[in-house]
Amino acid sequence: MNMIVCCKQVLDPEAAPSTFKLDAANNRMVQPPEIKPVVNPYDEQAVEAALRIKDKDKAANKITIISLGNNLARDVVKKPLSMGADELILLEDPAFEGGDSFAVASALAAAIKKVGQFDLIFCGRQESEWDDGQVGSGLAELLGIPSVTIAKKAEVMDGGKVKVERIVADGYQVLEVSTPALITVSNELGEARYATLKGIMAASKKQPVVWKPADIGMDAGKVGAAARKSKIVKLFQPVKEGKCDIVSADSPAEAASLLAQKLRENKVI
Amino acid sequence: MADNKGILVVGEVAEGKLLPITAEILGAGRRLADELKEQVTCILIGEKIGDAGKAAVAAGADKVLVADNAQLKAYENGIYMQVMEKAVAEVAPRIILMGQSANGRDLAPRLAFKLGVGAVMDCLELAIDPATKSMHCTRPVYGGNAKAIFTSEGFPQIATVRVKASSPIAPDAGRAGDVIAFAVALDAAKIKAKVLETVKEEVAGIKIEDATVVIAGGRGVGGPEPFQKELAELAKVLKGAVGASRPPCDNKWVPDSIQVGLTGKIIAPELYIAIGISGSSQHMSGCSGAKCIVAINKDPEANIFKEARFGVVGDWKVMVPAFTAKVKELVQ
Ligand SMILES: Cc1cc2nc3c(=O)[nH]c(=O)nc-3n(C[C@H](O)[C@H](O)[C@H](O)COP(=O)(O)OP(=O)(O)OC[C@H]3O[C@@H](n4cnc5c(N)ncnc54)[C@H](O)[C@@H]3O)c2cc1C
Ligand SMILES: Nc1ncnc2c1ncn2[C@@H]1O[C@H](COP(=O)(O)O)[C@@H](O)[C@H]1O
Repeated sequence: MNMIVCCKQVLDPEAAPSTFKLDAANNRMVQPPEIKPVVNPYDEQAVEAALRIKDKDKAANKITIISLGNNLARDVVKKPLSMGADELILLEDPAFEGGDSFAVASALAAAIKKVGQFDLIFCGRQESEWDDGQVGSGLAELLGIPSVTIAKKAEVMDGGKVKVERIVADGYQVLEVSTPALITVSNELGEARYATLKGIMAASKKQPVVWKPADIGMDAGKVGAAARKSKIVKLFQPVKEGKCDIVSADSPAEAASLLAQKLRENKVI
Repeated sequence: MADNKGILVVGEVAEGKLLPITAEILGAGRRLADELKEQVTCILIGEKIGDAGKAAVAAGADKVLVADNAQLKAYENGIYMQVMEKAVAEVAPRIILMGQSANGRDLAPRLAFKLGVGAVMDCLELAIDPATKSMHCTRPVYGGNAKAIFTSEGFPQIATVRVKASSPIAPDAGRAGDVIAFAVALDAAKIKAKVLETVKEEVAGIKIEDATVVIAGGRGVGGPEPFQKELAELAKVLKGAVGASRPPCDNKWVPDSIQVGLTGKIIAPELYIAIGISGSSQHMSGCSGAKCIVAINKDPEANIFKEARFGVVGDWKVMVPAFTAKVKELVQ
């Protein structure tokens, strides 16, 4: 299987909410420099899904990572390599900045067509900045291939079809899909593996392939922000009133008991 | 496509009943349509749809298209897209609304990319810009740390709406509306994915989506047992359900189906008691609609105290049993 995993570098979503600040001029959020960017957590799990397939037969399976952005931190975007992926392609250019899902999926589709050979594409169910969850499905539509979203398991069966478990409200669907296909991965897949020391060493020696818009047959004036289908009218940080009544007493047990009383007084219980 | 008119609501039916999210988006669609002085068409896709068409009229639709077919029994985007493409061509709507459900999340972007238009996902509010008649969609971004108003270019404008974000209209069985069978010749050759089975993982007792009281535990609870013991006991006393943040689900302490948050269940109970939960923005996205949030956490700096109405600082192991005992005394 030739597998492609799309991985995005994001602001750290697990950082305290107070670290997020608005960059009004660029219609985006920023974090202070001491908080390092990370690979979108779902994308690590997408890499994990591909690695579990590769584990079965290392020689017969190949994993190529594609990341789109600008000024990508090498230690971040190389993480999937240190987990066990084979190749890294960066779509890296200032022109790629400011795109929405449509812009990103269009560029990824062009890059994947250039790669040519692929049986399975994995994406995260959503990235943690815009929480959009559109790029996977959009990419599949642009490439004219089937998609299964929000998967917790993907297994290649004898005969080459892929069996996927897709999470729905009260359980999951089991689907069988022919390749080439695109799968988006959710955290229910299970934790992504850690990079091994050996993996980190190998990754540090690998040079990513860097493609500019022209390399994927796109006009630099028609990617990124220029390719958006959705416009941001306004980005804002809602103010939280934040009035918590902290109940305290001489001992924790008394405080808890007092809390119950207070809830009763306020007709909450 | 300047001639596009009206709102197309993509409804969902389970066991012959309209899902609550569908009544919610029909309400949202109705309000937009009234403002535009246009119509609401609802499409229901599935098998054994029964009287759900009538329910959709009562919930605000002027016209309901029912695509009822054994092949549509289980959702799969390849086959549902065939129905949607025909519906969009016939209705030529200005706006398409879906729920931010497993199916809406999957179908909306596929449809948008097919039609070459943008979709705005997981919206909290929808409004018509008076100047342009374009739909403005407000949605949370950055895990709920910010919000943005988006508008998409081209028609139809597609949006999915978050569960419990908009209110349904009061159902009116006397409302007039046509329920029409919508036949689509499904092309089996185009189907690349097949649903083999649907596995239900129901939890015993009240579902967290329906509960008026939810007792939720986080990583700080420390393991599976307290969910079955202390948290379950408190839930029982308050006739509520037990929920969780993501780590207890990831760690298999509790089933995935009780995860509350951006990527779990979005709930709006009267009372939400968060135990050993730090209050990440992604978690709060799922419970900030609660009337009253109460936090029990040992860290006074935890973000949950910025979101809660009442709180106590301390070890849940001591506090929860004492709290439960007092609650028992008070409510009995
Ligand atoms: C795109 C994306 C989507 C996500 N979606 C969701 C989602 O839907 N739902 C969700 O919950 N998370 C989601 N997350 C994860 C989220 O960012 C947080 O990691 C998660 O909510 C943290 O869970 P927690 O509060 O239980 O754990 P922690 O943040 O580890 O907090 C544990 C808390 O327990 C307290 N504690 C520890 N011991 C005790 C004790 N003995 N007594 C009292 N208090 C104690 C600690 O003080 C701490 O505040 C998502 C993340 C991303 C990136
Ligand atoms: N800039 C990017 N580079 C690589 N992959 C991306 C990028 N943006 C989105 N993706 C992929 O698409 C998924 C969904 O993104 P989104 O639709 O933006 O939420 C992510 O989890 C990634 O797998």
